[in-house]
Amino acid sequence: MPESARTPLSPRERREEGLGSAGAVPAVRPDDLRRHLPALEPDRTLTDWGRSERIEGAMDKTLVDFFYRYWFRAEVEGIENVPSTGGALLVSNHAGALPPDATMIAKAIREEHPHPRPLNITVEHFFKGYPGFSMLLPKIGAVAAHPANVHRLLYDEQQLVLVFPEGRKGTEKLYKDRYRLRRFGRGGFVEAAMRARVPIVPVSVVGAEEAAPVFAQMGLLQRLTGLLYVPLTPTFPHLGPLGMLGYLPAKFKLRFLEPIHFDEPDMHTDSGLVQTVAQDVRARIQESLFDMLATRRSVWFG
Amino acid sequence: MRSRRVLITGLSTYWGGRLARALEADPQVEAIVGVDNEEPGVELERTEYVKVGNQHGLLRRVVEAAEIDTVVDTRLVVDSAVTAPRLAHENNVIGTMNILAACGEGGPVKKFVFKSSTHFYGANQDDPAFFDETMGRPHPPRTAIERDILEAEASVAEFADRNPEVAVSVLRFANVLGPDVDTSHIDFLGLPMVPMILGFDPRYQFVHEDDVVHALEHVTQNDLPGVFNVAADGVLALSEVASLLGKRYAPILPPWGTGLAATAVRRLGVKIPAEMLAQLRFGRGVDNRRLKAAGFEYGYTSREAVVALGEHMRLHPLLRGDPEPYRYEREVEEFLRWSPNVRNARPRAQVGASPGLSAPPVDHYDDLTAEEIISLLSSLERTDLEALRDYEAAHGGRHDVIGAIESLLARSATAG
Repeated sequence: MPESARTPLSPRERREEGLGSAGAVPAVRPDDLRRHLPALEPDRTLTDWGRSERIEGAMDKTLVDFFYRYWFRAEVEGIENVPSTGGALLVSNHAGALPPDATMIAKAIREEHPHPRPLNITVEHFFKGYPGFSMLLPKIGAVAAHPANVHRLLYDEQQLVLVFPEGRKGTEKLYKDRYRLRRFGRGGFVEAAMRARVPIVPVSVVGAEEAAPVFAQMGLLQRLTGLLYVPLTPTFPHLGPLGMLGYLPAKFKLRFLEPIHFDEPDMHTDSGLVQTVAQDVRARIQESLFDMLATRRSVWFG
Repeated sequence: MRSRRVLITGLSTYWGGRLARALEADPQVEAIVGVDNEEPGVELERTEYVKVGNQHGLLRRVVEAAEIDTVVDTRLVVDSAVTAPRLAHENNVIGTMNILAACGEGGPVKKFVFKSSTHFYGANQDDPAFFDETMGRPHPPRTAIERDILEAEASVAEFADRNPEVAVSVLRFANVLGPDVDTSHIDFLGLPMVPMILGFDPRYQFVHEDDVVHALEHVTQNDLPGVFNVAADGVLALSEVASLLGKRYAPILPPWGTGLAATAVRRLGVKIPAEMLAQLRFGRGVDNRRLKAAGFEYGYTSREAVVALGEHMRLHPLLRGDPEPYRYEREVEEFLRWSPNVRNARPRAQVGASPGLSAPPVDHYDDLTAEEIISLLSSLERTDLEALRDYEAAHGGRHDVIGAIESLLARSATAG
């Protein structure tokens, strides 16, 4: 797939692409419209983002709980680094076919945090256009990785958002490249956090690479199905679509690192600073991964 | 600047008529002139109807002669199922250009209000979840109606640029729901089952027809230049809409080859215009906070608009027989407005016998049960409610009905 299919996280890149934005009719928005956010309607079962507590709860109590507790036996460090109130941007490494890491991070916050909060997981725009995914993913808390979405969640709604700056480059990489971080996009995630003035919480996850190892990418099948990528894993594709869920029982370890705060206004306009911080976040996650791997004695027992 | 002399284009459209009625109730507005090709479809008291199409020379003369200070353009066609594409293009693009030509260049017009649509943003895979007014579409439009809307807005933007002395407001309305208005989406939701594209559950935001009129009124009465999204609070999933209407949804449209399947479904008489297919796949949400920050209050949330529509759909078969539709008779209207023999300044109040004993504003009122009446009340105007209260007191005298009317009246009094 060409590089242009990537989802940029910075608002600047988007604005310029926009067509027909009202040129002369002034459309300047006052910055803080937070008090005009719609009130909650208690009779509704979905949020305005399409999230369903019912479906999410049902998944959480069954499938997710099983994987978290018994299959991956997840261990969590530094959960106190996730703030109890206000927005925060969680940034994590990303790997594996149909990656289980996002769900496990969300589950860790729900299980271990003193104030459990819902986590919004950013996903590629691709999923909004693919039947099935388009229907299910928003219901369980996935949001398209559009800079405006991230900003609204972080700044206006003061929520937790999880991004994977590696994006597809992370999930496409093969087993032989495990735990080596890919390039971190163009630093759009740092810009988003700075603009919303919320902290970045780096997260390192060990286990996802072994739980769903990718041995090869199958270009032909990818083109036939129109999917983002079609990996060859221990159980897929020869066990059918459900083989995507055939995770190996690797031990999961999640570590939430010290948050990075951005307290000055307009930091996001300094592109040099944005790049430096992006590099720094990447280095912290990579360092933490190597540290966790060095002390790990077994892939399956930790 | 407060509008005193208003010209409404598209008087015979549903919105033109409703807006004219709303402005008639405002004593600060001294003159209301409505123009259109066709005669108005609602009874109007003091609005003057002039049969002018989109000829800008004639419009200009009307504007200058009547010293119009505000032009409200309600003509835009946003539904390709109700108007043929060529007519829609003529109306939306050429018509807008002509009306703008009649308003600028040192004329008396100081304010221009343009009714547009959130079709401006389209519905695409890489959309944000909430469009705000500064955003454009990520891809060029693929349907004729969306192209028209973009072109019309472009000429309005150009007009605003060239005429800085005119305050230009553009309102982009989401899909409208309501008992009286007729759109493809309402027909679609009125089907026994709500068709969906297999594997998609799009997000939908609506606006109630009353809020559309109130929003147009709000920008006419206040000085609010700029672009505003008008959409009720709350974005619903289509499956949620179906369950609010008490219907099942039927994923009968295939995810691939949807266009072909839609053509087949259209043969069966279901209106699925091209611009609706994109919405059925990707949905759309807009950020409505800018208009709220400008002091506008919505009467309905998206959910409440759907619930109100559902109540209307259930009651509709009970209300047998259409009322005699209003027909514009030029001679009668002119007599009522200008003849020295008309004694009463508000001639319409004369119709029927003394107030209180006149016919109720609801058809077949006497056949309805108390419950049916109460569910109807929220759709009535204040004056109708008062008439209904008097009628009920004089005839049935049911306490629950009178109580419900009183509480509604009290609520509308506090709401202003």
